[in-house]
Amino acid sequence: MKFFNELGTLVKENIRDYGMYIALFVIMITFNFMTNGMFMSSRNISNLLDSAGYIAVLAVGMTLVIVIRHIDLSVGYVAGFLGAIAAILLMRHGVPVYIVIPIILILGIVIGLFNGLLIAQLGIPAFVASLAGMLIFRGALLQVTEGTGTIIVQNASFNALGNGFIPAITLVNDRHLLTLIVGLVGICFYIYGEFKTRHDKLKYSFEVVSPSIFALKLLFVSLIIGYITWILAGYNGISWTVVIVLIVTIIYHFITTKTVLGRQIYAVGSNAEAAHLSGINVKKVTYIVMASMSMLAALSGILYTARLQSATTTAGMLFELDAIAASYVGGVSSAGGVGKVTGAIVGAIVMASLTNGMNLLGVGISYQYMIRGGVLAGAVIFDVLTRKKGK
Amino acid sequence: MSKVGEKVSKYILEMYNISKSFPGVKALSEVNFKVEKGEIHCLVGENGAGKSTLMKVLSGVYPYGNYEGDIVYEGKVQQFNKISDSVDAGIAIIYQELALFPDLSVYENIYIGNEVKDRGIINWNETIVKAKEVLEKVNLKVNPETLIKDLGVGKQQLVEIAKAISKNVKLLILDEPTAALNEDDSENLLELIKALRDQGITCIMISHKLKEVVAIADKATILRDGETICTLDASKGEIEERAIIKHMVGRELNAIYPEIPDKKIGERVFEIRNWSAYDSQLGRYVVKKANLHLNKGEIVGIAGLMGSGRTELALSIFGNQPQYKLGGELLINGEVKKFKHTSDAIAEGIAYVTEDRKENGLFLAQNITNNVSIAKLSGISNQGIINDNEEIKVAEQYKKSLQIKASSIEQLVGKLSGGNQQKVSLAKWLFAGPEILILDEPTRGIDVGAKFEIYTVMNELIKQGLSIIVISSELGEVLGMSDRIYVMAEGEIKGELAKGEADQERIMELATQGGGLKDEIF
Repeated sequence: MKFFNELGTLVKENIRDYGMYIALFVIMITFNFMTNGMFMSSRNISNLLDSAGYIAVLAVGMTLVIVIRHIDLSVGYVAGFLGAIAAILLMRHGVPVYIVIPIILILGIVIGLFNGLLIAQLGIPAFVASLAGMLIFRGALLQVTEGTGTIIVQNASFNALGNGFIPAITLVNDRHLLTLIVGLVGICFYIYGEFKTRHDKLKYSFEVVSPSIFALKLLFVSLIIGYITWILAGYNGISWTVVIVLIVTIIYHFITTKTVLGRQIYAVGSNAEAAHLSGINVKKVTYIVMASMSMLAALSGILYTARLQSATTTAGMLFELDAIAASYVGGVSSAGGVGKVTGAIVGAIVMASLTNGMNLLGVGISYQYMIRGGVLAGAVIFDVLTRKKGK
Repeated sequence: MSKVGEKVSKYILEMYNISKSFPGVKALSEVNFKVEKGEIHCLVGENGAGKSTLMKVLSGVYPYGNYEGDIVYEGKVQQFNKISDSVDAGIAIIYQELALFPDLSVYENIYIGNEVKDRGIINWNETIVKAKEVLEKVNLKVNPETLIKDLGVGKQQLVEIAKAISKNVKLLILDEPTAALNEDDSENLLELIKALRDQGITCIMISHKLKEVVAIADKATILRDGETICTLDASKGEIEERAIIKHMVGRELNAIYPEIPDKKIGERVFEIRNWSAYDSQLGRYVVKKANLHLNKGEIVGIAGLMGSGRTELALSIFGNQPQYKLGGELLINGEVKKFKHTSDAIAEGIAYVTEDRKENGLFLAQNITNNVSIAKLSGISNQGIINDNEEIKVAEQYKKSLQIKASSIEQLVGKLSGGNQQKVSLAKWLFAGPEILILDEPTRGIDVGAKFEIYTVMNELIKQGLSIIVISSELGEVLGMSDRIYVMAEGEIKGELAKGEADQERIMELATQGGGLKDEIF
């Protein structure tokens, strides 16, 4: 009984955090049931995660932008434009991939710093500044693709970023060995991390959850990681896109939860005036967040171009809105100061699952938009309602 | 209850056995509160005693069914489901934070939600004429077309009252009306409340300033921990400061301002010479050629009316604000320093606890832990990486040493009472490890008990070797706590008084030097 009581309180207290995981779970189970298991098939899950990749990285950056109470509408066409530049550098100038990627990322940072200049230095509302950016980069994308139209990218290692998978080494029971190893290592790291946190807390004699709940949590998360790896290993293994998204997530999760910079970002979002009077350089934080956003937009452009194996004249259209939607579904608060990187990733997967599942079911595109709009509204309503009840 | 009919003539409002709970706390338990027609009834109590909750029950913020007990208003049991129900019945509340629209004019504000209209179309000319009439009633001589943001706080308050009068208010509730006013404006306001009483408007006033209560109240009801303690009657000579304090805190406060025996004052740790600050947004000097110094172990008070430049002086010292252009010299331990940013000032050991903790002091949506550590993240981190457990330890320490009342350090600061928020604010700056602490209105809007605790903390810090500058509108506080007092007016330091030679009259004399202040500028 005690066990269930504790579990109950934990869920109730953290409903905001768990809400979207539960939603994702329900969506996946429902689709899987309705498609007779097709949704959770190896091939489909692999496809789904790859298709969520370029929005997921944008959502991570966008979450931080929204946390500091700004917005960036330019990310879609920045991604489109920089993707086209990457294609041009690769195909017309023959620049090798390992040089193209850093150049594109740096260009992204430069664009972000310029946005920061407009927003932090000149005090222009982010909505307007980035709307201007959106128009400018849309024009720029048309400009560079005008002569040729779509630019086909014929570079295997670049395209692998969007379509390729990590090598299998060997097959075990038709499953990719390296993918299974990566999953196992992931589980080990997770368990090690949890034990270390618990150990540290006990060292300071702080309160921790009871051993049975702790064991349940470890088991549950390990099973999920294990199951997903198992599924992926059954098709082509873990894709490079997933690897990149994971790396981005881990880095940003670490920065936002464990570093001084992360604390400063949330402080600025929570109350910029108080942050300034606490010795935090609000301008600097704004610059960093905007630069990180555009850098991730550049990464998104690379992933998208690689996935399509070409740069098109309409690349990046509406990415910004998908990213904003994913951030809100992932629990970022429009009041600022609240929102998690992991939430953004889950938000992006939720949105991608909806599209994917509805495609499998053959739902018309008109209904798809309406349903996705409904889910977005639902997520924000949930946020507002749980915030009112908050501690 | 059966005698209700009989009492109709005497009482405008009777509240019986009102109880109201929030998750985990009982805010009101069986409170009884009766107000006679045409009296000024003060509601007094420590923060968290339940005054505001009681008024929210009355005004329908907490709808009928959300509390227990009965509200009898004008002889009838009322069931207010929303705020507009109580407004229609002639009850108006004016909150501490004014609910005016700064970019709209005075007359638009008075008639907002109550427009003078004919078949749905607003008659603006008629509105202005009517606005002039109500403005006359509250004795406010401004053009009704003036924008609210161009008025001082004192006049804004009068506009709020005018708005209530325009709706034929019978019962006017004022929540700490003088908290943000200088002594002159306060006095005007109290006079107005008396005049309104004589016109038959009953008034309930929540106040922390006991002098006001003594001066104005016909009756005073004291709440403590969500219960009615007693109702005092002025006609029986019961309303008297010490008596109120005794009932409020349940103990007698012998020394409101604790003293340190054999205080040792050391060398000069801080000084400004010819210090000026030009505000480029306002286009004028907010601090003019100020000279001030602070010695080790000293508490220096800065007195002055609202808008005298006290807060601006503090901000200009605490790391050049973006809109300020500075002149003059700032010395710490005899060395000239220049601060480009607040972080530079913090690094030199200066801390500034802001005047308005909600607006620019705290992160209300974050928990106590994160608020305490934010001004010195380097203290809980190593190479930019935070040690969560160290942070929790720090927060627990301050929660204990400053006696912050909260369910845990995980509690959101926005959910704490004013006094506890102020303690969190203080904890944040103490953790930053300052040598010079600037406190701007450290006890504004907090109750007597918490005030005393904050004074005690100040003295504790002095013993630990800090030096304190305290800015306050409460003359009693400045006189009680300071070793020396500077008086400011119009951005200038008008005089310096030693502890022995300072008294209320002398300070007011200096503070009103130079032709007095025009509210409109501020």
